[in-house]
Amino acid sequence: MSDNVKEITSVNFETEVLKSDTPVLVDFWAEWCGPCRAIGPVVDEIANDYNGKVSVGKLNVDNENQLAMQYGVRSIPALLVFNNGAVVNQIVGAVPKNRITDILNTVISS
Amino acid sequence: MNRKVIIIGSGPAGLTAALYTARANLNPLVFEGSQPGGQLTITTDVENYPGFPEGIMGPELMDKFRDQATRFGAECHFKHVTKVNFSEPPYKVWVADECYTAETIIIATGASAKMLGLESESELMGYGVSACATCDGYFFKDKKVIVVGGGDSAMEEAIYLTKFASEVLIVHRRDEFRASKIMVERALNNLKIKVAWNTVVADILGTQKKGVHSVMLKDTQNDKTREEACDGVFMAIGHIPNTDLFVEALDADQAGYIFTKNGSTATNLDGVFACGDVQDNVYRQAVTAAGSGCMAAIDAEKYLENLHG
Repeated sequence: MSDNVKEITSVNFETEVLKSDTPVLVDFWAEWCGPCRAIGPVVDEIANDYNGKVSVGKLNVDNENQLAMQYGVRSIPALLVFNNGAVVNQIVGAVPKNRITDILNTVISS
Repeated sequence: MNRKVIIIGSGPAGLTAALYTARANLNPLVFEGSQPGGQLTITTDVENYPGFPEGIMGPELMDKFRDQATRFGAECHFKHVTKVNFSEPPYKVWVADECYTAETIIIATGASAKMLGLESESELMGYGVSACATCDGYFFKDKKVIVVGGGDSAMEEAIYLTKFASEVLIVHRRDEFRASKIMVERALNNLKIKVAWNTVVADILGTQKKGVHSVMLKDTQNDKTREEACDGVFMAIGHIPNTDLFVEALDADQAGYIFTKNGSTATNLDGVFACGDVQDNVYRQAVTAAGSGCMAAIDAEKYLENLHG
């Protein structure tokens, strides 16, 4: 995992995600999920590329089932983009990098 | 740089082709696509791949395939090919606006789960509609789910889902399953599994925000519809080959499976080969896909030898 990626838990969710000054990309994932493993390195790359502009976190749904339920995650990988405490966009499934960065760019420029 | 070999796809077929072409010093470039490792990465135990007497997890098996191919120099990129031009060699392959060229192309893009084609289905995909019980079953603890289909994969998904769900209803359009006897028995003997025979899903009701809350089921005998409450819908109605990019250039059957010449992986274009599920509507096994991937590599190698004398 890249140094620029934070592990998100119910303990730090409020400070790291809801109260973040920058938009946050949260990758809901699990060990047993093949597509999550495929997209993991892409999320790491994005964390490095967008360092300072977008914070990136990973949330293990096995450990943080409650948060996954709360945000209606029913399929992983699920990438939720938060801005000012709310979900502004989300992507379900392992998608090419540019689909994620397109969304982040729109969120940053808005 | 004009490559000797570009391989499109990274399931057992593509990665075996990568292993063999790498060992033949052809320096293959593999475009892994949107699902690196292919369909096995959304399964759990693989019990019929020879050499693993205790079985092996699908994703782990595919990691091993990839490691073995890269060990001999195959380059694997997590990129999705968006366009090809096979009108003349060198053949062109695009990933968004990056263009790559190669003397030979090995197509191993496999197949994807077939969908019903309902508007609500695509809207709710990932929000209660799924084509992968092993990926998404976890989110349906103590919920009621529906599995659509009547083949082995429908039985497998239904049985797997009973680990989480409180009730699994298999919806099948005929009055008997085409799944193998052993799988049908396992499913029907499971107390959590019920079956709606001669029934099809006419619509899926729900929202992205709140997920699925029910389906409209239609009895094919009398056309009567009824609403059935459920939290998830899992599709297991077969597969379609991932050949949209190629059907213009390559001969394929009506369903889109690429035609290969008998006993080889050659397509109608010299230097373009196809292997695995993309050209196999019959066997569709990891081991047969790997076997045909090996054939494609050897076919490509021979083709290049003849080309360069």
